Amino acid sequence: MNTTQARLFSRVRSIWPIRVSLSAEERLAYLFVLPAGLVIASIAFFPLLRAFWLSLHDIDLRYPAQGQPFVGIGNYISLLANPRLHNALAVTSAFALVTVSVELVLGMIVALIMNQEFRGRGAVRAALLVPWALTTVVSARMWEWIYNAQYGIFNAILKGLSVIDSYRAWTADAQFSFWAACLADIWKTTPFMALLLLAGLQVIPRDLYESAMVDGANAWQRFWSITLPLLKPTVLVALLFRTLDAARVFDLLFILTGGGPGYSTESLSILTYRILFTNLNFGMGSAMAVIVFLYVMLISFFFIKVLGTKAGRAI
Amino acid sequence: MVGWRNPRSRERLISRTARVVNRLLFYFFLGIFIFFCLAPFYWLFVTSLKSNSTLFVNPPLLFPNPIYTRNYVTAFEGRPFARNIFNSFVVAGLSTAFNLAVGSLCAYALARLRFKGKQIILTIVLAVSMFPGIAVVAPLYLWLSNLHLINTQPALILPYVTFSLPLCIWILTAFFQELPAELEEAAKVDGATPMQAFLRIIVPLAAPGVFTCAILVFIYAWNEFLFARTFMSRETSYTVTVALQMFQGMGEELLPWGQITAASVIVTLPLVILVLVFQQRIISGLTAGAVKG
Repeated sequence: MNTTQARLFSRVRSIWPIRVSLSAEERLAYLFVLPAGLVIASIAFFPLLRAFWLSLHDIDLRYPAQGQPFVGIGNYISLLANPRLHNALAVTSAFALVTVSVELVLGMIVALIMNQEFRGRGAVRAALLVPWALTTVVSARMWEWIYNAQYGIFNAILKGLSVIDSYRAWTADAQFSFWAACLADIWKTTPFMALLLLAGLQVIPRDLYESAMVDGANAWQRFWSITLPLLKPTVLVALLFRTLDAARVFDLLFILTGGGPGYSTESLSILTYRILFTNLNFGMGSAMAVIVFLYVMLISFFFIKVLGTKAGRAI
Repeated sequence: MVGWRNPRSRERLISRTARVVNRLLFYFFLGIFIFFCLAPFYWLFVTSLKSNSTLFVNPPLLFPNPIYTRNYVTAFEGRPFARNIFNSFVVAGLSTAFNLAVGSLCAYALARLRFKGKQIILTIVLAVSMFPGIAVVAPLYLWLSNLHLINTQPALILPYVTFSLPLCIWILTAFFQELPAELEEAAKVDGATPMQAFLRIIVPLAAPGVFTCAILVFIYAWNEFLFARTFMSRETSYTVTVALQMFQGMGEELLPWGQITAASVIVTLPLVILVLVFQQRIISGLTAGAVKG
């Protein structure tokens, strides 16, 4: 290597953003991260880009002969003008809002109860995990049976209490189906919310409460001035992940109500699934998939940037 | 009665009454909540023990009388439900194994090695945990059918590994960080390479964390429905969730609710046992992302 080359080489090295030579530790680190990176890139990120690419085309698998013409944002324009999308957005948002807020309030009450010392606390905590572990499909079918219009126990109990005078078809009546689905979701996830909040409660130092009691603060004041502010980070993380779950809801509604009656419980995920695999319209369906992705990312952006949620604080 | 004459002891009596009332209210609310949690599950189990003649009656019977166990046999008749259970075990088991292999390496690098781009990787992992599965289902479907993988187990294992990676990486990173820093130093002094240090010292010590991950990933894969429903179209390829959704009667007018609930109990039982045996680990794993420590 002559001197000019050497000078050039050292200049390139000095402005090159990554050091050319990696330490043994760095080399091992990149080697260890590589498999996870490959899996995530090829099964999450690359398909997402592909979905975006598909969404710019007219792809109808029922008519393969028509080819796959490029239509630009045509699919997005016709979707945004479609009342079915507006309906799915409204259903999904309402579902998320109703279930997550009820779960938060109920979960908080349960967590506060569970945060006290009492006999059998371990057993109760185990009982809380049962609805969480239950497969959503099983839970959906179980509630389908509970809500059954002729033999359902839900009807029998309400009639026994004289709340209703005749049996109702809870999942087939547009007046009730949305609320029936909300109740089933609240049943399944309130215990999980309670467990998350309980874990947050347990790291609040006890002596804070003791000194507040010495200062004469009552239980309500202690809750507002100690518990809530210190629990806020946990509450935000729990809310973020629960809201994302609710925004992606598919299994429960698909099985319990099938999105119906009519479109009264058709969530964004169900609408996307139908356009894709019932209509076999992969162009329009992919546009829908991109819209769902943006909707979900908007929610996370709101929680992380606006509310300052520190998701993944464990790391 | 003597106490009433003395104002002091009267006060004490009132405060004791208040405490008892408080306690009663506490157990009352607790009782309601436990009832709310377990009653639907009880109903599922009771229904599975009823024959058609005790099932389709009004008002419903709170106890199965007589106890009818045939549903647990007929649930398997005329449909490949046993095969579906086997499929679920294979898919969930292999997903868990691959997930741990890939996830523990990544978590180790994040927790204990110095390198550039850590923040980017953490952000990507977080983004994947928020990914809506429906967003990638169509491209994956096209890709899998081009590769003739529809109705095969890899079609489910690949997405399951991917979408449960964030969970595993989170839990294990937190776990690896808690191990004392001198471990690798001591291994280095003894002449071990970093790879040997990881395999021989760190992995065995992290066994409880790895085990927690394994349970959670298994439960996730066992319960998943969207990908399974989309990528599995042959009855013998179904996993339990799809099989349960597709449960139909054999030409009967009513759905066979006795069989459906019996199948549900069978599908749920492995999970309930896992949960009850390992509840402490599961709770600490689940709350690792939400609470520091």
